[in-house]
Amino acid sequence: MNYLTSLMLLPLLGAILVSTLPKNKSNYAKWVALLTSISVALLGLLIALRFEIDRPGFQFVENYSWIPSFGINYSLGIDGIALVLILMSVILVPIVIVAGWHESEGGRWGSKSFYVLILILETMMIGVFAATDVFLFYVFFEAMLIPVYFLIGGYGVGERAAAAVKFLLYSLFGGLLMLAAIIGIYVISGHQGGHTFDIEKLSQLTIDSTTQNFLFLGFFIAFAIKAPLWPLHTWLPDAAKSATPGTSVLLLGVLDKVGTFGMIRYCIKLFPESSKTFTPVIIVLALISILYGAFLAIGQKDIKGLIAFTSISHFGFITMGIFAMTTQGHSGATLYMVNHGFSTAALFLIAGWISARRGSSTIADFGGLQRVTPVLAWTFFIAGLSSLALPGLSSFVSEFLVLVGTYTRYPVAAVIGTLGIVLAALYILIPVQKALHGPITPGNENLPDITRRERIAIAPVIAVIIFLGFYPKPLLDVINPASVATLTAAGFSDPVPATGGK
Amino acid sequence: MTDTPILQYSFLAPILIVLGGAVIGVLVEAFVATKRRASIQLSIALFTIFVSFISLLRIRNLTSAKAAFNSVMIDGPAIFMQGTILLIAFFAVMIIGDVDHFTAQASAVPGSEEEKSAVQTGRQQTEVFPLTLFAVAGMLLFPAASDLITLFVALEVLSLPLYLMAGLSRRRRLFSQEAALKYFLLGAYSSAFFLFGAAFLYGFSYSVTLAGIHAAVIGGTANNVFLLIGLLFVSLGLLFKVGAVPFHAWTPDVYQGAPTAVTLMIGGAPKLAAFAMTMRLLVDGLLPLAIDWQQMLVVLSVGSLFIGNLAAIAQTNLKRMLAFSTIAQMGFMLIGLLSGVSNGNTLLAANAYSSAMFYVITYVLTTLASFGVILLLARAGFESEEITDLAGLNQRSPLYAGVMAVCLFSLAGVPPLVGFYAKLSVLQALLAPGQTGGLILAIFAVMMSLIGAFYYLRIVKVMYFDQPLTATTVSAPQDVKVVLTLNGALILILGLVPGGLMTLCAQSIVKALGT
Repeated sequence: MNYLTSLMLLPLLGAILVSTLPKNKSNYAKWVALLTSISVALLGLLIALRFEIDRPGFQFVENYSWIPSFGINYSLGIDGIALVLILMSVILVPIVIVAGWHESEGGRWGSKSFYVLILILETMMIGVFAATDVFLFYVFFEAMLIPVYFLIGGYGVGERAAAAVKFLLYSLFGGLLMLAAIIGIYVISGHQGGHTFDIEKLSQLTIDSTTQNFLFLGFFIAFAIKAPLWPLHTWLPDAAKSATPGTSVLLLGVLDKVGTFGMIRYCIKLFPESSKTFTPVIIVLALISILYGAFLAIGQKDIKGLIAFTSISHFGFITMGIFAMTTQGHSGATLYMVNHGFSTAALFLIAGWISARRGSSTIADFGGLQRVTPVLAWTFFIAGLSSLALPGLSSFVSEFLVLVGTYTRYPVAAVIGTLGIVLAALYILIPVQKALHGPITPGNENLPDITRRERIAIAPVIAVIIFLGFYPKPLLDVINPASVATLTAAGFSDPVPATGGK
Repeated sequence: MTDTPILQYSFLAPILIVLGGAVIGVLVEAFVATKRRASIQLSIALFTIFVSFISLLRIRNLTSAKAAFNSVMIDGPAIFMQGTILLIAFFAVMIIGDVDHFTAQASAVPGSEEEKSAVQTGRQQTEVFPLTLFAVAGMLLFPAASDLITLFVALEVLSLPLYLMAGLSRRRRLFSQEAALKYFLLGAYSSAFFLFGAAFLYGFSYSVTLAGIHAAVIGGTANNVFLLIGLLFVSLGLLFKVGAVPFHAWTPDVYQGAPTAVTLMIGGAPKLAAFAMTMRLLVDGLLPLAIDWQQMLVVLSVGSLFIGNLAAIAQTNLKRMLAFSTIAQMGFMLIGLLSGVSNGNTLLAANAYSSAMFYVITYVLTTLASFGVILLLARAGFESEEITDLAGLNQRSPLYAGVMAVCLFSLAGVPPLVGFYAKLSVLQALLAPGQTGGLILAIFAVMMSLIGAFYYLRIVKVMYFDQPLTATTVSAPQDVKVVLTLNGALILILGLVPGGLMTLCAQSIVKALGT
């Protein structure tokens, strides 16, 4: 059975079904979309159960010829890293649908289009992680932009159209650079035994270092825009402020991970030498992202802007973990991607609910919510604590791994990065103290607390955050072999820890 | 000559049938009552194109057959391009099928009593259909011509009807006539340049056939200055039709001034024909000179990409913007054409030329649908032109907004639409020889297409995110609706499975090059 193709087809079928529903029954569209995404999540879990941890290489491999004249194949396959990211994506989609049950009603168009777009996006999110043909990956990478563009521009708030265009142009810029690099490596493969886009074959090529550097940059800039790394991040806060909470969750939680995923899967795997060459620069950029994102987060007045900038800081950690080139760093970074996905989801969803109740997303307007809506305030607090990596919550494990992994190779960077943790405490605790715990802002007295639907949506997220905080082993067991394999194939080995006194 | 002339009518049948249909159209114009004329003309035009296509299918397996005293060469690329031109022409005629787009009586002075009475009494002239057929016949001959004289005849048969048609607009007639005059004058100049160049090529080689010129170039004893001057001016005449910088000046004015239905014709099939002929002339006739004309094309392509894209940003008129974008797209297409030979090595030529062919075909397909949508918007009694006329199109007509969005995303080169594969194939052809110059040009082209993405996507934004200025819905006859939907779907489907068309392009080129 073609598990991965089925996993991708299912949401697409759901999208087609939704689009054929009558216009006036927007409830049907919601239920069909929800049921579809739940079945996708179940199928995703089934795939996870059948995944063999100890088997090296890609699993659930599918391979069909697609465009024979260019040697392009429709090939899918997942390793541990791709698996956990796909799992995160398919679990987040139904949560987003439940959480944003009424989100689709405030758009320019009806609810139907909203769910069609979400489901199409889900197909592409799965595809982008599952593709093992560089070209196929690129097609998903770029095609994903279109549904997100319409989701931001059609259903967002404020300057939504401008934010959507900015998002799209930024991403296309990176995408085109990557396209040039992809064609470049394709041409090189033609000189060395036959044109191909297959990731495994491409990683066997011998490329001289100048060319390799150019190709590496083509890929890396695209990924650095996606994951936003300072200074290529400016589209993200705008997009996050304008998008609906659900869209923001998918945008920051899943789409941006494609950037960091791409760094592991493509930059390091295809261009190990250049990765080594550029590591110092990238580590510095990552450090700047960590600190810059954190500082700007502290200064934010808008709750969505705050979450966006915290994410820039987190992506700095993830990138640093990846380019530390240690197995701990890699595993930590991958785990971080998953944890960030869930904790950002929680933050965005709750912030969205609060903003919708209050009719404003300014932090200062949320005064006294701790007393008026205690459950909402508490869940936000927990999600915030996870975001600042409190031990016992999921992000702690990954942040710790990243820092340890970085320290063994770049101690100075790790130490500076640790400052990010301190700043994280500030950017989460200041708003919590000032707003949630402060005096009740006039107008907040009668806001309703969390509804049953919202409880259902947020419960699994909080559960995952706490569970992974105490017991990350199942995920790490899946991730570790893939990290080791990536680094070994690229020719990196962990530095031997200095044991003092001997 | 004492031999009995053998014309090989079966090889020429597709062209002759279209010419015959055109002549019948003229007779219909003269003898059939006004009321029934329009529908009869439309049926004749469509039927003629259909029959011509059938007759083309009968000779589809010819690899290199000559007809009409060696002046027509029927080979792989010719047949493939002719088939594509016929298909595109069929679509185009269906889309423009409604005579409401054209002036009732072209000879009447704008605003005169004569014009008013022609409109009131419904004396609608329908010469646009035979004119279209004449133009199509010229386009069919274009890719098959194998000597310079036939080439010139084809060029004129193709051009003259188009000049006339540009002046046929029902609304804003003066503007339209101005466009027609500009088009005619500049076109006449370029024809003259072409003849000038042809004379020099003849002076160089004592031959007007492409094969003869080719032989003389290889012989290499004759006067090289003549050859280079000839090459330059002959290419100029052809690239004028392509609309590449610096021969682009007519494009914006004509696109804007001509009735949208005619813009659709001008922007579509003639580009295919001009591409095919440019390729035949440069490849069949002057391949040994590739180094020279490739350098020339580099300049043209860089200029087209730069001016086309930058000027398009500033436009508020939709047709004008699409005109500039066409210039840019043609610049991209030229990249395919100029990457064939590197260091005298022609191994990669087939790859490069088929990529350019794929590019131009998919481009024309996309243009057809986008102008088709603009044409439909013009129905409400005014010529739709401004970008703001598309505001909120999604609310007025989701189907046409969708078709337009697909076109625009494809033109911008976003996967998985066909325009992306076109850019991909051209860029890989450019990079294949592994030259630094190619790399720089590729990066330049990529940056320029980012600018392109900006103005294409601005229209998507206007269609989907802006409030409509009018509440009128867009209505269209069933057949136009079907054609446009089909066209949009084709762009999408070719995006998912582009392999088939790519293989067809490659096969036809490989056959011709004999490699």
